[in-house]
Amino acid sequence: MWLIDSSIGRKLIMSITGAFLVLFLLFHSCMNIVVIISPEAYNAICAFLGANWYAVAGTSVLAAGFVIHILYALVLSYQNLRARGPERYAVTKNQKGVSWASRNMLILGAVVFGFLALHMYNFWFKMQFAELSGIHTGNFEPSKGAEYVKELFSNKVYCGIYIVWLAALWLHLTHGVWSALQTTGLNNKTWLPRVKVISNIISTIVILMFMSIPVYYLFGCGSCI
Amino acid sequence: MEKSINLTLKVWRQAGPKVKGEFETYKVDNVSTDSSFLEMLDVLNESLIKQRKEPIVFDHDCREGICGMCSLYINGHPHGPDGEITTCQLHMRNFHDGQTITVEPWRSAAFPIIKDLMVDRGAYDKIIQAGGYVSVNTGGVPDGNAIAIGKNIADEAMDAASCIGCGACAAACKNGSAMLFVAAKVSQLALLPQGKVEAAHRAKVMVAKMDELGFGNCTNTGACEAECPKNVSISHIARLNREFLSAKFKD
Repeated sequence: MWLIDSSIGRKLIMSITGAFLVLFLLFHSCMNIVVIISPEAYNAICAFLGANWYAVAGTSVLAAGFVIHILYALVLSYQNLRARGPERYAVTKNQKGVSWASRNMLILGAVVFGFLALHMYNFWFKMQFAELSGIHTGNFEPSKGAEYVKELFSNKVYCGIYIVWLAALWLHLTHGVWSALQTTGLNNKTWLPRVKVISNIISTIVILMFMSIPVYYLFGCGSCI
Repeated sequence: MEKSINLTLKVWRQAGPKVKGEFETYKVDNVSTDSSFLEMLDVLNESLIKQRKEPIVFDHDCREGICGMCSLYINGHPHGPDGEITTCQLHMRNFHDGQTITVEPWRSAAFPIIKDLMVDRGAYDKIIQAGGYVSVNTGGVPDGNAIAIGKNIADEAMDAASCIGCGACAAACKNGSAMLFVAAKVSQLALLPQGKVEAAHRAKVMVAKMDELGFGNCTNTGACEAECPKNVSISHIARLNREFLSAKFKD
């Protein structure tokens, strides 16, 4: 199977799952920003995407996307480490135009994954999972999302953790988005600088939307409403 | 204006492919800044021979930047710190008095060391043999002017064809990937009508050979382009991906 046997096939899987996860992030961040605009609307979204069959199906596809992206990342990184040979260079210098993020995608990915585990515990476990399994996870209704977000971010440590996490994700995306386009062949000499700019814009928009929420609560605006 | 500098060289010495290598330090005095890096190594080797020591083995041939034979990873850069040149075109005026220069061979699983700084780049030849050519069928020679090729396409093909196959791309790549080389070789032919006929087959067999020989998977860092002595663009890699994927989807 050429999607496993060939290097470009493996990279195609990485780019398609990556692009899928970027689309998910766009969707996720658009919903999150609603909590600032209108907590009632946010609660409606929480109720809508609770334990319904379509939300569960979506979550399963999404989880598969994450698993494939991470498994392929590990396989590719292992192969690339072996391809480098048994001896390392004694002196290495950074080349002009090579971004730090592009050299450290695995590390950034690991950082993102580590915080993702915490995030899943904070929100998914206490919202969708609690609703699915019927486990009682504290004094809060799974469909009252806005109240819960406010409660979590009243802790300034959590605000800080989420801001650091999103910064790592931003770096991961700045390389990931244009790299996905390059791997699928949607690039040429004229479009190379444009694709990089588009990639930076997309990742910045996604991350700003996400980051506005902990920042909003960090500066105490959550208590205004 | 000619000037002389004194240098300390840390050179990788390795007696054979299976032997463990190590760095050895040499003092080189009175090096003319107008001499080339390889001339400096020639002078050092002469003095080593006079001392009845084993001279340093390194690859070189034309010494005018077109054969792709010279290599050397100098102070963290393939072909040295200067841009868009091969090692033979690197001059000692890029270094200053008292500097320590670290000279290493290309390090990549697909380029095993033969001796000291010389590596076996036969892997690139094997990739070319797999499909990096145009099959010539006998018959009448078509009129040269009968096939019109657009200027920008011709330029793009010539830019790809400037690749000399030196191996700096795979040596610089953190993934040990040969994608820039394969992309240049696929592009130079795929862009022109003569090469277009076999383009899909060529992309498939050359990529298959590249993977088989143990090169890594490209992650688009762009280090290859930055270190390429001929400044081959990574946009050719996008074309290779396109050629390969469309060939596979057609199957």
